[in-house]
Amino acid sequence: MTSGILVYAETSDSRIHPVSFELLGKAREIAEKLGLEVWSVIIGFDVKDRAKELIYYGADKVYVYDSEHLKDFNVLTYKDILVDLVKEIDPEIFLIGATPLGRSLAPRVAAALDTGLTADCTDLRVDEEGNLIQIRPAFTGNILAHIKTTSKPIMSTIRYKVMPMPKRDESRKGEIVIKNPPEKIDTRIKSLGRISKRTVNIADAEVIVSGGRGLKNKEDLKMLEELAKLLGGVLGVSRPLVDEGWIAKEHQVGFSGNTVKPKLYIACGISGSPQHLAGMRDSQIIVAINIDPSAPIFRHADYGVVGDLYEVVPKLISMIKRIKGVSGS
Amino acid sequence: MSGKGLRIVVLIKQVPDIEKVRFDVETGRIDRSSAPAETNPFDLHALEAAVQLKEKLGGSITVISMGPRQAESSLRDALARGADRAILLTDKRLAGADTIATSRALAAAIRKLGGFDLILCGEKTVDGDTGQVGPEVAEVLDIPHVAYVCEIREVTDDKITVVSDMGDKYLYEVKLPALLTVTRELNTPRLPTLRDVLKARKKQIEIWDADALAQYEDPDRFGIKGSKTIVMKVVIPGVEHRKGIIFRGEDAAEKLLEVLKEGGFVKP
Ligand SMILES: Cc1cc2nc3c(=O)[nH]c(=O)nc-3n(C[C@H](O)[C@H](O)[C@H](O)COP(=O)(O)OP(=O)(O)OC[C@H]3O[C@@H](n4cnc5c(N)ncnc54)[C@H](O)[C@@H]3O)c2cc1C
Ligand SMILES: Nc1ncnc2c1ncn2[C@@H]1O[C@H](COP(=O)(O)O)[C@@H](O)[C@H]1O
Repeated sequence: MTSGILVYAETSDSRIHPVSFELLGKAREIAEKLGLEVWSVIIGFDVKDRAKELIYYGADKVYVYDSEHLKDFNVLTYKDILVDLVKEIDPEIFLIGATPLGRSLAPRVAAALDTGLTADCTDLRVDEEGNLIQIRPAFTGNILAHIKTTSKPIMSTIRYKVMPMPKRDESRKGEIVIKNPPEKIDTRIKSLGRISKRTVNIADAEVIVSGGRGLKNKEDLKMLEELAKLLGGVLGVSRPLVDEGWIAKEHQVGFSGNTVKPKLYIACGISGSPQHLAGMRDSQIIVAINIDPSAPIFRHADYGVVGDLYEVVPKLISMIKRIKGVSGS
Repeated sequence: MSGKGLRIVVLIKQVPDIEKVRFDVETGRIDRSSAPAETNPFDLHALEAAVQLKEKLGGSITVISMGPRQAESSLRDALARGADRAILLTDKRLAGADTIATSRALAAAIRKLGGFDLILCGEKTVDGDTGQVGPEVAEVLDIPHVAYVCEIREVTDDKITVVSDMGDKYLYEVKLPALLTVTRELNTPRLPTLRDVLKARKKQIEIWDADALAQYEDPDRFGIKGSKTIVMKVVIPGVEHRKGIIFRGEDAAEKLLEVLKEGGFVKP
């Protein structure tokens, strides 16, 4: 029997997180190289109908655990399911998205299986000898480590938006295996539900205009937000502005905030600390506006404006408004 | 919770100051000695949470760190910040551990303590940067955990209620004993006073080696020997290949606008 690469399909509100599709794409690529199948597992409530989506994105076989009492994420119950499944189907590799949920769940599964786990990978490769090489940032993004796992299954969590999204192909065929959900959930953890939903999802934005300590007042964020909106983007910030209480953490870019990879990142009044760079250095085009020509951010920028953001940004806004034909400029 | 209040364990790691550590782009070497060591910033929030819980409910705080001898200074600082007892796991046989081998050693040390109600960890370290050690320790000890805790709502005799920030925020009620990994939003760590620092100087830091843990875990599962992941090489990204085009002066904004137009970001 051919062995496989198992991909965990993360769900919330019965929806599959897009990172799961990205992982299926990568798993397909590696599976071809190593002569393996691609398997996926989905846990939740009302997720049965979603299983075929996983096939369209590259799975050969999908294991489904669908039950009302699996609706809310329970790390212990989910772990038990995954550990039992891995013992039964014996995959070579097990990939999980490096989302907050994945980063909470994966280490428990790895420890229970007594296998190695590589966190937050940004790339996976196969070397000449057919070993899987897992590449991940460490030291606050200052280094990239190449890591090999000596135990089985090889487990990694993979960052969202680093692997290309594969094409959805409705003609793909695969097998759906309905598994018996556990009778009871582990009652040591009780989910009392979601208490707040994030209002911006900066990780998905294609354009981000970010402000840092170069801003003098909280109100000045409005100016950056206006520029962001004109460019079809959202507002980001460096950490000190969150610490000041100027804005919610959802907007924070960096090591202890969000990792982003937009098409365009404009950093205004941000010096470019390692912790900030860790969250945005993979953006496609980086623009920096900073009054200090020696600011480190310029070394990571495609385009830099050495100047006062209070002059440059309003000027940009009014020029763009003119082009767009927006009145009031 | 026993009659003696909440027995809390805090896991702290000493890390290099990332702003100062030097990375050799050519050789891929990390020169840890180039930077002063400090306590992992996230772990200070775990310790502050412990101190606040103890102030409210009574109990005791034990800090445990695994690392080289110089990690004593982080433990000493933790004593000044309010910990009652400090233990350093240090031994050649513990060195070179990946997260699973680290977790087995830390879990063995916690078992050796006897009883505990709550274990607190940082959300991740600034050097290892995995966030795995907390959940792995919980699994080895077979206790529940909640990651990314940004608020502790309530602690009763046998339960703790917390908010976990997973993008959206979720409320969880967890049976004790349990482990939490905490975010920076949970609290603002207080600085120790001079008096606290002086008092901490007199306290003993207990040193445990692999043999001290052997009753609780096979020492072959510690250190390099117990690790399942191997770092093949380290690449230090030089400054990325960015265009580095700089605009200055009067018409800088105009030039930037041209770039944005060419990129298709400004549409009429
Ligand atoms: C564990 C840890 C985690 C962290 N996580 C994060 C994180 O996730 N995200 C993050 O951002 N930081 C993080 N930090 C903080 C980080 O170290 C820096 O302190 C922070 O990024 C600096 O923010 P800044 O660039 O806005 O401020 P500064 O470094 O103060 O830079 C302000 C810049 O604005 C420029 N400026 C001033 N006035 C003007 C003007 N009128 N026009 C144009 N430019 C102007 C200045 O020249 C300067 O370069 C973390 C730190 C630690 C220890
Ligand atoms: N060597 C260690 N000694 C004590 N605690 C540790 C150690 N390594 C990690 N931890 C704890 O586990 C958390 C996550 O670490 P990491 O998985 O390395 O990102 C840290 O914030 C600490 O609370």
